[in-house]
Amino acid sequence: MKHITIILPVLLLLAIAITDQSHAQQRFPAPEFESGYEYPEVAAPEPRTLALEYVDVMVLLGFMLLTSWLVIRKRSRQWILWLSVLALLYFGFWKGGCICAVGSLQNMALSFSDPSYAVSYTVIAFFMLPLAFSLAFGRVFCASACPLGVIQDLVVINPVRVPVWIQRSLGIFPFVYLALAVLYAATGTDFIICRYDPFVGIFRMGAEFHLVILGISFLLIGMFVARPYCRFVCPYGALLKVTSMFSKYHLSITPAQCIQCKLCSGSCPFGAIEKPTTGKLMDDMKGRSGKFLLYAALIPLLVLVGGLTLSSAHVFLAKAHPDVYLAHLLIEEPAIINDPDNLDVQTFLASDRTLEELVVSAGEIQATFRTGTRYAGAFIGLVAGLFLVSQYVVRRRTDYEPNRGDCYSCGRCIRYCPVQKQDA
Amino acid sequence: MERKKTKSRREFIISSMRFGMVLSLGGVGGLAFRNSTKEQWVWQIDPFKCSWCGRCATHCVLNPSAVKCVHAYELCGYCDLCGGYLIPGHSARSTAAENQLCPTAAIERKFIEEPYYEYKINEDLCIGCAKCAEGCSAFGNGSLHLQVMHHLCVNCNECAIARACPSDAISRVKASGPYLMKGDFTSDGGET
Ligand code: SF4
Ligand code: SF4
Ligand code: SF4
Ligand code: SF4
Ligand code: SF4
Repeated sequence: MKHITIILPVLLLLAIAITDQSHAQQRFPAPEFESGYEYPEVAAPEPRTLALEYVDVMVLLGFMLLTSWLVIRKRSRQWILWLSVLALLYFGFWKGGCICAVGSLQNMALSFSDPSYAVSYTVIAFFMLPLAFSLAFGRVFCASACPLGVIQDLVVINPVRVPVWIQRSLGIFPFVYLALAVLYAATGTDFIICRYDPFVGIFRMGAEFHLVILGISFLLIGMFVARPYCRFVCPYGALLKVTSMFSKYHLSITPAQCIQCKLCSGSCPFGAIEKPTTGKLMDDMKGRSGKFLLYAALIPLLVLVGGLTLSSAHVFLAKAHPDVYLAHLLIEEPAIINDPDNLDVQTFLASDRTLEELVVSAGEIQATFRTGTRYAGAFIGLVAGLFLVSQYVVRRRTDYEPNRGDCYSCGRCIRYCPVQKQDA
Repeated sequence: MERKKTKSRREFIISSMRFGMVLSLGGVGGLAFRNSTKEQWVWQIDPFKCSWCGRCATHCVLNPSAVKCVHAYELCGYCDLCGGYLIPGHSARSTAAENQLCPTAAIERKFIEEPYYEYKINEDLCIGCAKCAEGCSAFGNGSLHLQVMHHLCVNCNECAIARACPSDAISRVKASGPYLMKGDFTSDGGET
C-alpha cells in the first residue's frame, strides 16, 4: 500500500511532464551561444488602455448632454448637425465603430447568461446612458451620438414619404431582430448585430466584400428612404423607441403654441410628424373599440403562437453555432470526412475530440435554443399584438407633434415653424 | 372639461409607464453590475490550440490582418535548416525567395555564429498566414507562432477570426493579460 502512495504522485508528475513535452516540442536544444548573443525582445504591444475607454464614456455623455440642450433649449438644427458630424468622426472613423451602444446589448445578454463573461463597466455605460437619456429627453443619442445613425442622416437628399402602413409594419422588424440578437448572444453563438453591421466596414475603410456592398446599398437607399437602418433594422433603436415614447421632456416643433399652419407637416424625412386628430377620425374610431378589445384579448394567443412557431425552428436556428453545424454535417453527410478541402471537418478529425463529444455538446446547445426560442418567439408575439392593438388607439392631438417613438430629435422640423418664441 | 380629464389621465399613464421603465432600466443595470468588471476584454490566440488553418490571414476585418507571427526566441533552436523558413524540398539552402515558405518573405534570416541562425519576423510584411508556424511546429521547436497584435487590432466586439477559427483557439481574455506567448513561462500564460 505504501508504495502506491509514492508511485501515484510520481506517475502524475510524469504524466504532466509528458503532456508538457507535447506542447513545447523541444526537438532541438536551445543553443549555447559563444559570441555573447542576446535574445531579442519578443514584442507584445499593449492594447488601448482602460483610461481611454473611460474617456469614450465621458465623450458619449458630453455629446448627449450637449444634444439635449441643443434640442430642447437652443433648438438649432445647425448646431445639432455639426455636433453629429463630430460624433461620426470620433465614434465612427476614429474609434472604428467599436464598441457602440447598439452592439452593447449583446454583451449585456451574454453576461447575463454566461457567468464567466463579466461585462465591463464601460459597456454597461454605453448600454445604459442612451436609454436613460431617451427616457428623459427622447432619442438624442440617435440625433448626434450614434455613428450609424449620423452617417445615414448625412446622406438624406430627397426623402420620399413611405406609406404609413408600410412604415408601421416594417417597424416590427427591429423587435424581431432584437429578439434574435439576444438569443444568439445569450447562447454564446454569435454577435449578429456586429456581424451584419452595414457601416462598420465604411468606418474602418475595409471589410468583407458583401458587407461593403450592404453598407453602400443602405446609404444609396438612404438618400431617398431616410435612415433605413434606424427605422427598419436597428434593434437598439427598438429599445430607444419604447423609452422615448415615455420621455419626460421632448423636442417640440413649435417654440410656443402651434397655430396649425401645416408648414412643418412635410418637413420630417422620417415621417415622424403626426397631424392633429380631426373630429371625423375620432368618430371613425368610436365604432372600433370592439376591435380594440378583440385584439387585446388576442395578445395571449399571439404570445403562445409566437413562442411555438419560433421554437419549432430551433434546430435550424441553432445551426449558426459551429458545434451544432458540424455535428449535423457529419451525421447527415458522413462522406464529408473524405473532403480534404473542408477545413472545419479536417480540423475536427485531427483534434482529439470524438464525434460523441461533439454530438453531446451540440445537443446541449440545441436544448438551450429550444428554451431560448420560446421566450424570443413569445416576445415577438407580444410585440405583434401590441402593434395590432395600437392601430385602434388614437390619441387626441390638437397640434402638429413629433411621434415620440419615431422622432430622432434631428431638429429639421424646428426650422419650418413660423411661430416666434414669446418672451415671458 | 372632458378634454382636460382625458389629458390628465393620459399624462398619468405616461408618467407611470416612465416610472416603470426607469425602474426596469435600473434593474437591468443593477443586475449587470453583479457580473461585471472594471477591466476591458481583448482577443487572444491560444498558440497551443491553433492548427495553422490560415484563416487568421483571411478573416480579420483588417487587411493585412492584425494577427502576426511572433518568434519565441528562447524556444528556437536557431537551426540552419529551419522548418519555418524553408520550403520543404527546397533546392538550395539559400535565402532566395523561391526557397522561402513565407509568401511575403517576412522572415529575416541572420547568421549569428556557426551553426546558428536567427529568424526575425518583419511585422510590416507578415500577413499572419501561419505557414511558418505550421512548418516550425512540424519540423522544429514550434517557436514561431501567431498572436493578435494589440496595437493593430481594433478589438472588434466579436472578433471575425474567432468565429471562423476551426480550432476554437481565439477567445476573449481580460486586457491585463492580453498575450499567451509560447515560451513565456514566467507569466501564468506559459503553461496551460
Ligand atoms: S436607431 Fe439605432 S442606428 Fe439609428 S441612430 Fe438610433 S441607435 Fe443609431
Ligand atoms: S426632429 Fe423628429 S419630427 Fe422633427 S424632423 Fe427630426 S425626426 Fe422628424
Ligand atoms: S484561425 Fe485559428 S487555427 Fe486558424 S490560424 Fe488562426 S488561430 Fe490558428
Ligand atoms: S478583433 Fe477584429 S481586428 Fe482584432 S484580430 Fe479579430 S477581426 Fe482582426
Ligand atoms: S509565413 Fe505567414 S505567418 Fe509566417 S511570417 Fe510569413 S506571412 Fe507571417
